[in-house]
Amino acid sequence: MSQESNKTSWQNYQKKIADDHFYFVRSCIRQTFFPGSEATFLRILREELGKDVFDDPRHTSCTGIAYHTDVVPLQTIMTVVARHFALMTEAGYRNFLVSCVTSFGIYNEILHMWEHHPDLLAQTREHLWKATKREFVVPENLVHTSDAIYKFRQEIFDRAQYALTTRDGEAPLRIAEHVGCHYAKIFPDKGVGGAEFPKVLSGMIEAWGGEVVDYPERRHCCGFGFRHYVIRENRGYSVANTLKKLESLAPYKPDLLVANCPGCTMFMDKWQYTLGEMEGVTFGADGRGIPVLTYEELAGLVLGYDPWDLGLQMHQVDAEPILKKMGYHYAPEKKFLSRTGKYMGQPQVPEYCCL
Amino acid sequence: MNYYEKLKEDVRFTDGLKSCISCGICTAICPAAEFFDYDPRRVMIIVQKHREEELEALLQGDTIWNCGQCMSCKTRCPRDNTPGMVIQALRKLSQETGQFIHSEKGRQQIVIKRSVGDTILELGYCVHPDTLVPEKHPEQGTVWEWVYENRKEVYDRLGANLYREGPGAMRKIDEASMEELRNIFRETGGERMFQLIEYYSEEL
Repeated sequence: MSQESNKTSWQNYQKKIADDHFYFVRSCIRQTFFPGSEATFLRILREELGKDVFDDPRHTSCTGIAYHTDVVPLQTIMTVVARHFALMTEAGYRNFLVSCVTSFGIYNEILHMWEHHPDLLAQTREHLWKATKREFVVPENLVHTSDAIYKFRQEIFDRAQYALTTRDGEAPLRIAEHVGCHYAKIFPDKGVGGAEFPKVLSGMIEAWGGEVVDYPERRHCCGFGFRHYVIRENRGYSVANTLKKLESLAPYKPDLLVANCPGCTMFMDKWQYTLGEMEGVTFGADGRGIPVLTYEELAGLVLGYDPWDLGLQMHQVDAEPILKKMGYHYAPEKKFLSRTGKYMGQPQVPEYCCL
Repeated sequence: MNYYEKLKEDVRFTDGLKSCISCGICTAICPAAEFFDYDPRRVMIIVQKHREEELEALLQGDTIWNCGQCMSCKTRCPRDNTPGMVIQALRKLSQETGQFIHSEKGRQQIVIKRSVGDTILELGYCVHPDTLVPEKHPEQGTVWEWVYENRKEVYDRLGANLYREGPGAMRKIDEASMEELRNIFRETGGERMFQLIEYYSEEL
């Protein structure tokens, strides 16, 4: 494939992304590791853009990690998903907005199975009725939260306090991206730009003034591997995959890495600490780590939000070098303060990485 | 018990294996094949032979537990097969028939059931801050240790709703919703799968 067709082939994969009225389901990993990102997502859509997003406390985990570690059967996860669709239906919504990439893949997979195997859909309806006395209509539009931020990228930039550039605005920030495997590798037509050249994150970077950094292992899995991380003895697999990506990325000296999958974001952040402890290595241009951000954190910086509202203090690799490079106005001394202003102590600084 | 007939009852097996031409693209793209002695192409060849003794060896061995479920194989297969889905069907059958306890990696399923599985039925989440104890997760680093020790205040600072009912991240899921979730597990075989994993693992 020529370089020119590489640049344009993503245009063959466009998906419908609803404009308003979303039923929102959260992510187990995002709630645990990036609660500020989900809060920022709702703040941007509701307060900046005036969109209607229903955050229903009654939904549960989709059970996706248990499904992909094989302890939860297909019919069980199908019926849990059906319950979420029933809650959406009852609330009067048709656009289903998913915060997790693993869940997004599962919702797409189940909708695909129901379309091609109506007997499975009928069986699921029966199971759901017996278990909960609920009924459902399948969503008209399945949207990942990164799809929504991508769709509204220009509206976000219209409200920007900062571009993704250096303090003087002379140079763009150099930003690498990683798109989670289950976003588009299972169903390329369900992701913006498809599986080979997904545009969902690079489109945000370009719209907000950054420069997209390409690297050889850009499309490689982060290495979560589900059972390979959950089982402590297997974690060498996960760290080896991320090491492969980071070694591939380091020579290109990015300012930061942005990802759209909760697990990928967390692993590529935390494994830099692990690799530092194991082998004394770091991957950033200045001998530090490469900060790994979520797309809402990136959007929040563009909008000038307080970095401690975004949750940057929960990252193992310190993101403050980016703020300094951007000339960002913020209060470093408030990093470890509670909502009421109480000092909560602070993390121990590791020898190699990355505070 | 005819393993092949049981596999054909799983839609992930029939959808995942249509017309394999044994080209090996799945193995070329597979991250697990990079780091383990693992070859999804070989698995696809074995399941197509319909030989019960070879299927039993597969269900009893470590091979099927190597896949990381990234599903990169689905993107690349020129015949729209998904070896990762065939693996899911094999793992389910291995657990239902108790074959998983014959391999070191298969025996790890009890750990997953007792961590992720039990957390779902107890709290409604696959992952929860309370379950990520730093001593068991040294790889999470020093910042997680700080978050864990101050979790009530840290989550509150970030607009989450830890331990409380109502909307928000890490909210306590109400009992009526939890009961519906448990009913779904009871109705659809989820509870039975947990019991089977416990039952077969007791023999260890």
